[in-house]
Amino acid sequence: MNKTIFIAAAFALSATTAMAQNAPAADPAKVDAIIKDMFAKVSPEWQARTNLDETQRVCTDSRNQPNAQQAEAIQKRELATVVQPADGKFLGDWKKGFQVANTGTGGQFSDRPGGPIGANCFACHQMDPKELSYGTLGPSLAGYGKDRNYDPQVIKDTWTKVYNAQAVFACSNMPRFGSMKFLTEAQLKDVMAYLFDKESPVNK
Amino acid sequence: MTRTNGKISRLATLAVAVGLSAAAGYVAAQAQTTDAEKEIERYREMISDPMSNPGFLAVDRGERLWSEKRGKNNVSLETCDLGEGPGKLEGAYAKLPRYFKDADKVMEIEQRLLWCMEKIQALDTADVIKRRFASPGVDSDMEDLVAFIANKSSGRRIEPQSSHPKEAELTAIGEALFYRRAGVMDFSCATCHAEPGKRIRLQGLPDFSKPGKQAQETMGSWPTYRVSQSALRTMQHRMWDCMRQQRWPNPDYASDGITALVMFLNKQAAGGEITVPSIKR
Repeated sequence: MNKTIFIAAAFALSATTAMAQNAPAADPAKVDAIIKDMFAKVSPEWQARTNLDETQRVCTDSRNQPNAQQAEAIQKRELATVVQPADGKFLGDWKKGFQVANTGTGGQFSDRPGGPIGANCFACHQMDPKELSYGTLGPSLAGYGKDRNYDPQVIKDTWTKVYNAQAVFACSNMPRFGSMKFLTEAQLKDVMAYLFDKESPVNK
Repeated sequence: MTRTNGKISRLATLAVAVGLSAAAGYVAAQAQTTDAEKEIERYREMISDPMSNPGFLAVDRGERLWSEKRGKNNVSLETCDLGEGPGKLEGAYAKLPRYFKDADKVMEIEQRLLWCMEKIQALDTADVIKRRFASPGVDSDMEDLVAFIANKSSGRRIEPQSSHPKEAELTAIGEALFYRRAGVMDFSCATCHAEPGKRIRLQGLPDFSKPGKQAQETMGSWPTYRVSQSALRTMQHRMWDCMRQQRWPNPDYASDGITALVMFLNKQAAGGEITVPSIKR
């Protein structure tokens, strides 16, 4: 539990604090109508992606500032969706993990069907300290495994974080990669290895 | 795990520990980052020379299209009212989107141009809409027209409109859309654009959550010539591209949702100077 809190604290530090502004709130029915009209020409499968699940609804309405009760409900609900690796092994191949972290396609309407799907970690995080092209929306993950002494409990908790960031921190900006079925189990393991393998450039 | 008070102090202690261990690496990384940022700034300056901005070719093409007789009525767009009176272009873009009584609707520039093409020229806009975004060898009438018209507001300041109830209403809807988290990655506009000084990879992200300089500089520099796309692009394209990366569906061109977002963004950018077409990466 301590380790989970440790990880949560690091992410909490950089969490968005978008504050509501003083403006008349929009009529929710009109917002929905605008959304419907905006995506009227796309397939039903794509249209379905504009429907908010319970977690998205709370994070939207609270602008990522859920109250304690809402936050607890989100984390409980999201934690229930986390699936542990079938063979009990959290770490795959760090070289493949780099590819997953470095690939920015997948889930976009412009992607070719069957094309590569990646987590695009570098878009938001520093990882390999030698890579200069990294984003800053999320915290730096350089030296991630090394700085945590490759602690098995941290590895387990990080699996949860990568699988579903909101199981650890409600309304986190980070996607729910596992629960949304965005990444496969093998991809998640590879990304984990990129963070925790001693040979990974992240830990060099 | 919950966010109860009892855990706050532990969180704080741990946060400090994280901060200290990160400090050593930070100093080294900072020197590298500064060099990279200098390089990017140099590149930005290099591509910002207006004399070599190909966006002005779009302005010229737009000027020709504006006065070209087209459609079943074989007339030009020169009587089109963009809000300041028929054919009056100076400063019109600075006040768009706005409410139009004849259409009983708030329209941004491309919605209004399509309306004028249909009502004044009786032009079948299917082909124009098909070419809404220029591609290699295919010009876009819409992008060219917007470049020409927006250029007539260069030097003016962004004046978001809110006096008509429908303008205020659409601005509020735009704000709601900005914070709406959806799709397979749970992204909203705010995921990337609600904090100052953030980047995706090396690309700086303007913060639109607060009114001010970042919103002003961004909204005041569209339409822009995108070097990476070799094309002049308008806000319609920018919103389309954002939704693509947001993992949202493909938004309908010139739909009211995009107008709503532009209304909100312009509200945040109020008073910003318009200098267009600009040139960007």
